[in-house]
Amino acid sequence: MSVDTILSFDEAMEKYDPVLGFEVHVELNTKTKMFSSAPNEFGDEPNTNVNEVCLGLPGVLPVVNKKAVESSILIGLALNCKIAEHCTFARKQYFYPDTPKNFQTSQYEDPICYDGWLDIELEDGTVFRVEIERAHMEEDAGKLTHMGGATGRIQGADFSLVDYNRSGVPLVEIVTKPIEGAGSRAPELAKAYVAAVREIVKNLGVSDAKMERGNVRCDANVSLRPHGQEKFGTRTETKNVNSLRAVENAVKFEIQRHAAVLDSGVLITQETRHWHEDTKSTTSGRPKSDADDYRYFPEPDLVPIVTTAEWVEELRSRLPEPPAERRKRLQSDWGYTDLEFRDVVNAGLMDEIEETVAAGASAAAARKWWMGEIARRAKVADVDPAALGVTPAVVVEIEKLIAAGSINDKLARQVLDGVLEGEGTPAEVVAKRGLAVVSDDGALQTAIDEALAAQPDVAEKIRGGKVQAVGAIVGGVMKATRGQADAGRVRELILKTLGVEG
Amino acid sequence: MAAINREDVAHLAQLAHIEMSDDELDRMANELAVIVDSVKSVSEAAGDDIPATSHPIPLTNVMREDVVGHVLTAEEALSGAPDAQDGRFKVPAILEES
Repeated sequence: MSVDTILSFDEAMEKYDPVLGFEVHVELNTKTKMFSSAPNEFGDEPNTNVNEVCLGLPGVLPVVNKKAVESSILIGLALNCKIAEHCTFARKQYFYPDTPKNFQTSQYEDPICYDGWLDIELEDGTVFRVEIERAHMEEDAGKLTHMGGATGRIQGADFSLVDYNRSGVPLVEIVTKPIEGAGSRAPELAKAYVAAVREIVKNLGVSDAKMERGNVRCDANVSLRPHGQEKFGTRTETKNVNSLRAVENAVKFEIQRHAAVLDSGVLITQETRHWHEDTKSTTSGRPKSDADDYRYFPEPDLVPIVTTAEWVEELRSRLPEPPAERRKRLQSDWGYTDLEFRDVVNAGLMDEIEETVAAGASAAAARKWWMGEIARRAKVADVDPAALGVTPAVVVEIEKLIAAGSINDKLARQVLDGVLEGEGTPAEVVAKRGLAVVSDDGALQTAIDEALAAQPDVAEKIRGGKVQAVGAIVGGVMKATRGQADAGRVRELILKTLGVEG
Repeated sequence: MAAINREDVAHLAQLAHIEMSDDELDRMANELAVIVDSVKSVSEAAGDDIPATSHPIPLTNVMREDVVGHVLTAEEALSGAPDAQDGRFKVPAILEES
């Protein structure tokens, strides 16, 4: 396999203008498949979620899943699409063992959703509008595992094994119009667009939206043209780029590769490319050929879908607040800076903080705990902070204990450890571990007197007006009480004992 | 509608994975030409005011609720398979070494 020459990204950008296009496939999380009542479940034993329809056996009849149609309309509405009043299904014919019928049931001339747009906010706040060409309904294919050969890849495989559990899972394919004008931000836009689509379908609750499971899959089209030229260059389509980072890297790589090819005076071959995460590069798939003549024709076994304004409006009324708007509202409500808020979003803790605030904590306290102690422990445990096992209620209770003076920040961290070790609620951990702050002034006074006696020179300094020296005595008291004293109260008592004004 | 010639039939046969002899190609080209001609008369009968139909029965929105129904066991699913391994259908390698 030859290694492609690439230009540096900066040089590619100096010479060429990239045009992008995306096809994003979203697997719906309906209970059953698109055209059969077999279960739509991930991760089960092979070929146990199939029936005659998913296997394409002769004489079977598909029946459309109403929930899948409604989920498709919801996606369309969230992408600001028009909803077709009348649409049909079509057969897309090709021979491949992942498709037992030898055709995929899809939509062709009349997709259910069309002419939409999505505003994508880049990291620095620049908003870029991506136009949506269409979003149509179709079905997923089975899963092939290539056996034998050196690499487990399709090349050199001896044979393949097929699991049809995924065959017939409802898919919505979202196709953009050509995206012009992204310039050097093309890779970043690519990542942000796929992230936005994933967030929208997750927020709608119509897909599990896990890219690592293939719930959201992206094919990225890239072409280059010299600056100032209107006509698009020849494009390549990089298939199944299945993480957000890979989308960004694949678009960047293809831009650099195209630029090198064009620079050498050669034309780009219109072809599919395969992204390789290990080498961070693409290799040639197959060129577009006669085999891509899919001979679409109207599906004779399915009747048209007709949408009424009433139905569409009823669905529109179910739309949740769009993720981008929700973020703006929450940031404003919480008073976080852009940087603070971005960190929260990147840590995936927006929901947790929202629930924690709703449960009674201040926005500042919620952020302090989730982004601080909880995130730190999650990193050590190598899990997402949200999955660590701390609930918003725990954070709220710890904050209440601090506010009541029952524990201080240092003890609160031990309380958190106790909760994570399954010792119960924060209050129970405090009781079991004996973590309550020593608030009995008599006990504190004894410790203070001892600390002053142990450091008479420091005591003298404080009496002489060097109030900042009080820290050394506070430290002594905290040590004697094993951290279970309220440092502020200790300071007050020391100064009072020595007759000095704080 | 353009007439169907022998090359069209050969191309379609290739797309549909149908092996055809020279004699068969000749015969089918002629037969399909007749069929296309017959279909043409339908186009003449239907005026511009007749919308295209994709289905002979004027039904719409035949849908089912999203409720799990009939499912096969893996054994049943594989019972008609020419070859199987590890609960999965076994098929020949699809692409040659490249």
